[in-house]
Amino acid sequence: MTERTVKVMSRAGLHARPAALFVQTAARASQDVTVSKRGKDPVNAKSILAVLGLDAHHGEEITLAARGEGADDLLDELEHILSQEEPQRA
Amino acid sequence: MRDTGPLRGTGVSPGVAYGPVRRLSGTVPEPPAGARHDGDGDAETALALAALEAVASRLDALSERAATAEGRDVLAAQSLMARDPGLSDDVAARVALGLAAPRAVYEACGVHRAVFASGGAYLAARVADLDDVRDRAVAELLGVALPGPPEEGEPFVLAARDLAPADAVLLDPARVLALVTAEGGPTSHTAIVARALGVPAVVALPGADELAEGIAVVVDGTAGTLVVDPPDAVVAAARAWSDSRARHVEAAPGPGATADGHRIPLLANIAGPEDLPAAREHGAEGVGLYRTELLFLGREEAPSEEEQAAAYREVLEAFPDGEVVIRLLDGGADKPLPFLPAPAPEGNPALGERGLRMLQHHPTVLATQLRALARACHPAPPSTEEPRQNDPLAKTHDPPHPGTSTVSPVTRLAESQNPSHPARPDAHPEVAVARLAEGGDPSRPARPDAPSEAGAARLVGSRDSSSPAGSGAASGAGVARLGVLAPMVTGAQDAWEFAEACRAVGLVRPGVMVEIPSAALRARDVAAQVEFLSVGTNDLVQYVCAADRQSGALASLQDPWLPAVLDLVLLAARAGVPCGVCGEAAADPDLACVLTGLGVTSLSMAPAALPAVRAALAAHTLAQCRAAADAARAATTATAARKAARKALATPR
Repeated sequence: MTERTVKVMSRAGLHARPAALFVQTAARASQDVTVSKRGKDPVNAKSILAVLGLDAHHGEEITLAARGEGADDLLDELEHILSQEEPQRA
Repeated sequence: MRDTGPLRGTGVSPGVAYGPVRRLSGTVPEPPAGARHDGDGDAETALALAALEAVASRLDALSERAATAEGRDVLAAQSLMARDPGLSDDVAARVALGLAAPRAVYEACGVHRAVFASGGAYLAARVADLDDVRDRAVAELLGVALPGPPEEGEPFVLAARDLAPADAVLLDPARVLALVTAEGGPTSHTAIVARALGVPAVVALPGADELAEGIAVVVDGTAGTLVVDPPDAVVAAARAWSDSRARHVEAAPGPGATADGHRIPLLANIAGPEDLPAAREHGAEGVGLYRTELLFLGREEAPSEEEQAAAYREVLEAFPDGEVVIRLLDGGADKPLPFLPAPAPEGNPALGERGLRMLQHHPTVLATQLRALARACHPAPPSTEEPRQNDPLAKTHDPPHPGTSTVSPVTRLAESQNPSHPARPDAHPEVAVARLAEGGDPSRPARPDAPSEAGAARLVGSRDSSSPAGSGAASGAGVARLGVLAPMVTGAQDAWEFAEACRAVGLVRPGVMVEIPSAALRARDVAAQVEFLSVGTNDLVQYVCAADRQSGALASLQDPWLPAVLDLVLLAARAGVPCGVCGEAAADPDLACVLTGLGVTSLSMAPAALPAVRAALAAHTLAQCRAAADAARAATTATAARKAARKALATPR
């Protein structure tokens, strides 16, 4: 299990276009990947409805978790999206 | 034939149309609770998932057609919702328990809907997106009409309770003859969409959403009426109007003027370069109001200086001989933006931090937009050019160095073109903007003293006499034609601070919107600070009447014919600088004549409204316009003002 906690840097939070890019990127991966906000259960990062439901705002920390081969690369990619103020493309 | 006379609402987009009603089918029935399938769970699950996939594909296709980035993003997110793996699992689990596919989809969406509805403003707004996905999937499964505007068939008059932004994406201008809605006001989304499409529209029309599908109607967007099952004579009149409108457009007669040759430039209101073809097609002489919000909406961050400059330059270049007025970002109120957070929660955003007030809190956004506007006056630099060397504004990013030339060609140009507003020695957008952000010094004289002779001499002396004049000459025309307009200006102090910030970057034509009554009442003081005024009648009416323009119930108060409004327009028109009107009032042909009679110097409107206004002006003398203005102001109600003005216009003078 690879896990890391990252701060949401996108101005819009994990909403709107950043959320869509995040989910699309997660969905391309073969392994399971989850995202959680402090104090809440992890949700499927491939589900736009669940990710939007986290209601993670700019500056909030979220935790990503994946397991298996390529988990690190996948989390790198997701972290990259979260680290941009205005992500255009993953 | 019914004998009920015309139905009356509020006309918000001029013109007359005749055609069959199509309803905005917004009501997909809720599948009954407990509805069960006939036993083959796998087949039922397959049906449900196929329906969701069909919805996703459809949304993808619509997303590609969307005209705005905002629309594209909304539709793309909706497509992801329809393909959501969590949603599919939930639907399958509910079907496994025996629920019929439509009910399973409905309930599975309901879980997320509840989460969204209890979230923040952004999430709450996604409820409508999710409902749309759900309704589309349920409609697909039940075999009922899809929600949204009809996507096929003959041209039609679209009837609805109200239109949502997402509905607008789906409207095909070639097939929508007119819009009628039961709710909404002159500035509702329906009105804006109708004017953009150039079709007549009536809002706040009781019963509009209950019109029978397919019934023939005549919609008069000027009078605000709808005739159901019209008699032949009414149909003939509607057809005659359409023909004459076509003739106006075809004739495309020269610039706007009264019958006796008093010039009134007729300009276009645009939301971006994409509106330029319509503006030219309808004979606009320039742009009287470029609302820049579209560049910023749906973005998590303000667009870069270069991106903004490219859009502004495109508009300037589209009208090489005409006036172009570009309004600063009017954020806040009903247009919240992630990078312009309100300083504090607002119970009444329309009376809160919006327009210039909001920009005063975000000086970086303001400075970037002003620099982009100044940059737009110059031809786009060829890609081979060394950017810093030839970039006329590059220096404005750095603090001035004493004793060396720090004055950009644009600023020099500003000085040479307008000696009454010499660029300040500290000409520097951040400085001026910071001053603006700090609110300036109220004790300072309204028109600040020119920099001292010594300072000016130092400035002149430090100039590089070998600076290239060629690019300056080319851009000079742009600078002189570019009016920069500040929204939500309260009075002279705001106007002065804004004008300073403009002049600091070489923008020599600052102007302000007159939309707050305080600015209209002291229009002379405001005008003394700037080069022109522009009356925004929509907001002016809202603030004069203390009537929320979003409120359908108060739509009758949203009437620019109100004598109180005309009085304020008169004050602005007589304030000593050119004064245009860029609100919807300018698009009403009779009112356009009245505004001309009040002394307004240009009229700016949705492009589609230009031909009718041009024809109305050409048909009346300035004396008739003045008589109409006097008659309207002598009236005591909006209705009486309209009637009196029409009578005066019909009297030869």
